[in-house]
Amino acid sequence: MTSQSSLMVVAALDRKTVTGLRALLAIMNHAPGRVNAANTLVPFGEFENLHFARFVILDDHTLDDVQLLYGLPRQEYPLYLAFLCDFDGPSEDFLASLVKLAGAGLRRVFAFCEGFTNATDLLEWVREHDIPIATRYVNWRGRTVKQVREEARLRQAIGAYLRSSMGGLENRTAEQTRVRAREFVRAEIAAGRLTLTPSEGMSWAGKIGGAWHFVSVGLLLALLLPPVLLLVLLRIRPMEKTDAVFAPRPGPELAAELALIEDHEVTNQFSAMGSVKPGLARLWVLSYILWLIDWAARHLFGKGRLARVRTIHFARWVFLDDRKRILFASNYDGSLDSYMDDFINKVGFGLNVVFTAGIGYPRTRWLLAQGANDEQKFKYYLRRHQMPTQVWYNAHSGLTAVDLQRNNRIRRGMEEATLSEDAAREWVQLL
Amino acid sequence: MPVDTKDVQGLLRFGYGSMKEAGYLVLRIRDVAAARAWCAVAPVATAEYQERPPEVALQVAFTWTGLGALGLEPGLLAEFPAEFQSGMAGEEGRSRRLGDIGASAPDKWEWGQPGREPHALVMLFARSGRLADWRQRVENDPFLTAFETIAFLFSGDLDGHEPFGFKDGISQPEIDWRRERATGCDELTYTNVQALGEFVLGYPNEYGKYTDRPLLDPAARGARGLLPAEDNPGKRDLGRNGTYLVLRQLEQDVRGFWQFLDKVSESNEAERLRLAEAMVGRTTEGHPLMPPNTNAIRGIDDASGGPSNRFTYDGDPKGIRCPLGSHIRRSNPRNADLPGGPGSLLSRGLRMLGLCDDSYRGDLIASTRFHRILRRGREYGPRLPVADAVREDPGDTQKRGLQFVCLNANISRQFEFVQNAWLMSTKFDGLSEESDPLMGNRTAAGDGRDSANFSLPMEGKPPRVIAGLPQFVTMRGGAYFFLPSLRALRYFGEGPV
Repeated sequence: MTSQSSLMVVAALDRKTVTGLRALLAIMNHAPGRVNAANTLVPFGEFENLHFARFVILDDHTLDDVQLLYGLPRQEYPLYLAFLCDFDGPSEDFLASLVKLAGAGLRRVFAFCEGFTNATDLLEWVREHDIPIATRYVNWRGRTVKQVREEARLRQAIGAYLRSSMGGLENRTAEQTRVRAREFVRAEIAAGRLTLTPSEGMSWAGKIGGAWHFVSVGLLLALLLPPVLLLVLLRIRPMEKTDAVFAPRPGPELAAELALIEDHEVTNQFSAMGSVKPGLARLWVLSYILWLIDWAARHLFGKGRLARVRTIHFARWVFLDDRKRILFASNYDGSLDSYMDDFINKVGFGLNVVFTAGIGYPRTRWLLAQGANDEQKFKYYLRRHQMPTQVWYNAHSGLTAVDLQRNNRIRRGMEEATLSEDAAREWVQLL
Repeated sequence: MPVDTKDVQGLLRFGYGSMKEAGYLVLRIRDVAAARAWCAVAPVATAEYQERPPEVALQVAFTWTGLGALGLEPGLLAEFPAEFQSGMAGEEGRSRRLGDIGASAPDKWEWGQPGREPHALVMLFARSGRLADWRQRVENDPFLTAFETIAFLFSGDLDGHEPFGFKDGISQPEIDWRRERATGCDELTYTNVQALGEFVLGYPNEYGKYTDRPLLDPAARGARGLLPAEDNPGKRDLGRNGTYLVLRQLEQDVRGFWQFLDKVSESNEAERLRLAEAMVGRTTEGHPLMPPNTNAIRGIDDASGGPSNRFTYDGDPKGIRCPLGSHIRRSNPRNADLPGGPGSLLSRGLRMLGLCDDSYRGDLIASTRFHRILRRGREYGPRLPVADAVREDPGDTQKRGLQFVCLNANISRQFEFVQNAWLMSTKFDGLSEESDPLMGNRTAAGDGRDSANFSLPMEGKPPRVIAGLPQFVTMRGGAYFFLPSLRALRYFGEGPV
């Protein structure tokens, strides 16, 4: 199995030249929100294993909140450039292809970052600035870009074939239809018109590693649970009752800037950041929860569902600035409003348990309840913390996570030598 | 009743079904002082029940630009929701989400184009033959001094059928006027009863929260005439007893619709009708393709459609009886908050974590109760029977369509969500490459994929796909309006500055 990895380069920018950087990043787009996959700086389309990528300037416009709500001095953090990639296979291979295919372009982009000079070794610099991810979610572990493309073509081909010869299938059983489709696919593969790269099973090392992670981290999480619960009971719960809520409606300029780059296709990007509420108790509990979700996402939710949500392709939570700030970035299907509704109605508890640590988040009860249920405040809160993503690339544009899951089901059903009539009936209805 | 119905415009409670004629005056304000003076005395029909139903009725609503033109102060204007401020045609992103692109793009509209947004809407309703007279009485000298009419939208009566020939307006949410239902709790079975705050501002909505609306300081001029805000008693509530009204003029290509189906069905009349009914999800006489539920559904009794409304899609998860993409299934999927119904606590917990559902189609649709609208649309243009519609007639230049009107307290979560995530979406309920069979704009999405299809799931077979659907419905104009309470209207009349 080829597992998915990610990269997150974060580097401080020189504020004086950031306008120049924005102009340079804009070269990668046809228009705001519409990337040119063949652009000369980072030709995203040439990477065969890259699912999603983005450049985003982490311009946090909520830095006053800590002063406003907690009376603490406003922190002056650097302005960062973040470069995020989600890809198949090991990081080292991807970094090598990055340098090879986009080295010159990346050098031009990173030249705006502090400390990057003509003499800098790009590969070394990227490695140094790749920061750890606290929680990572992958919709379907092991599904590669290549597989996504092959399976999308497979669905199209089978659908077109069966519909063109529908007349001849009138009196067949579902299983006969499926076998016929299977023979058609074989012939197409033999003729070189379709490719289906066999999916590799998980290696023994991978299986052992996964099981070891499941058990060891699971045990650690279980051992840490009682002290965390105590901390929640004694420290967090009292604070929760008095923590100030600050969720004003985002300004019209920000809203317009965000709207301009959204809904150009069925999938969208989301980048948001904010400051963590002060206090070590908060930080410890938050770190624990992110670790727990990361573990659950890896072992329980790697097959198309993050709890009930089926619209997220890749997502991550990342700490910045000595865990004083946190960034959330995701690639999701539908418009932002329906994404937020999906969240509120389906996994409000899952959002609350993390975001409740964010300054100003709508009031929660015992970390899980309420919060996002204050629908309008929650939506304002997310929107206000959101930052425009300057460049965003999606390798499977037009395909939702659910589409990818269906296409894979079609493929797996097709590959079976025989299916029961009931299973075959289910299968033909997927087409 | 806990609501002062004399303060609510009648359209929120009544459809004015006995008044068969309607005409909507789309207006711009010519003279601010005269417009305010008119607001102070406008003969607006209220939601108060009357023993003898009136012969005529008038309703009035304003766009955000219109409220600005009336002189509302900027601070107050800024408290209206963002989508209302921006307007239906104000942002390209919104047009993309609403499907107003291609032939339906706002710059091609007949009214309400970007930069030419109306200020106000005066809706006139009258019993048959009375509208012309009523209009003349309303358009008196003070009115004509105050307003300039930029469009007059007349709607006739096709006996409850929309121009394609289907009975319309059957399913409506039941508003909890008496505030008897607890709000803010999970609903594990489909309910048709909706919190008052979903349709009337100033009351708790389905989340148990008060939808944002402008609140005033009681000391502000004219504010004393407004009711206090329930959730903020120190403030006066400009929104209370008001709501938002969405108006969209949808032109329907009736000949195009029936001729396309005639071609697909090879002029087999029964098949042609069957396909049309599959696209709608109901028969022409309004019977749903789904059988009635054996259990009662809250908020659906004989008065609110009875048997033609007492159904859900629970028994048809694959869309064999009623296609997944049919119009009524998209516009109201009739689901609850959690698939699978109440069940045991353990099973509910597992379902909440998404740990026991491995099906491909399960749980793809958002919870319906947060996305309902109250429809008040009326059709326009002469009737065109199917037998005539299937024939070419270059001499027929009549326009036909629907003056779509809906009411909701949160345009973004209700109307826009239904339009964007359900009707226009090419991915509704796990479907692909198709949007609403009636309303879809067929324009390829950003990725260039074809969306001009309609699929009919079949038992044990690949779905039948009807390809090459033309665009049957085209937008001709539209806007978002605020339908104020009578008190708010009088406040506008007093001159808030």
